[in-house]
Amino acid sequence: MRSSEDVVLVRQLVRALAIKLGFSLVDQTKIVTAASELARNTVDYGGGGTVRAQTLSEGQRVGLRLTFEDKGPGIENVDLVMKDGYTTGGGLGLGLGGARRLSNQFDIVSRPGEGTRVSITRWR
Amino acid sequence: MTAAATERIPILRTSEFLLVTIQVDMHDRLAITLQDDLTNQIVKHHSRGVLIDISSLEVVDSFIGRMIGNIAAMSRVLDAETVVVGMQPAVAITLVELGLSLPGVRTALNVDKGMELLRTSLHGAPNGAS
Repeated sequence: MRSSEDVVLVRQLVRALAIKLGFSLVDQTKIVTAASELARNTVDYGGGGTVRAQTLSEGQRVGLRLTFEDKGPGIENVDLVMKDGYTTGGGLGLGLGGARRLSNQFDIVSRPGEGTRVSITRWR
Repeated sequence: MTAAATERIPILRTSEFLLVTIQVDMHDRLAITLQDDLTNQIVKHHSRGVLIDISSLEVVDSFIGRMIGNIAAMSRVLDAETVVVGMQPAVAITLVELGLSLPGVRTALNVDKGMELLRTSLHGAPNGAS
């Protein structure tokens, strides 16, 4: 992912996967929206990066995990950037907090100077 | 996508209003272009209302949501009213959970109701209700 066109491609890819896994329309919309926020962060703040999609199954449960990774500047204070309304880019500051609310599981690992990895999971 | 530089969402014009139907999954620059185009057209044509049909949009994330809020705020400053119509239920549910409730943006269920809302707010109640 390098550009805002790539963010659109990520949305389309995640939509196709969520449909394939039998997600309801609301659940599809939630994970696609969360993916859009994280893909944009990767492009705008991480200087571009990658997304990896994994299909999960746990007993009867089926899930989709998306991992966004960049080698950008990293985040000094993860707690701070998770707060709604906090932004360094002039946006609304809803990206990370919103992506967390739209997901069942949310993990973020960031090291200043090394990069950021955010992973979300949504179960069907 | 070779014509990226000239890509635009078309804006239709009636005597009083501007109408936009967003039918593609917009990338961020396209959304900003639409915001700028609408603002310019309001001034150029002295439009008093803007109707944005988002019934084809399957995703409204914080960026698109911010653009919609910006258009509403800018049009208000320019003495025009914005109504957003046709939001899909799944989009509405997601938007609220995302943390975006579009404050200050007027909405209606469909284009007809949106037009009615615009006309009423410009000309008062329809059909001679006194």
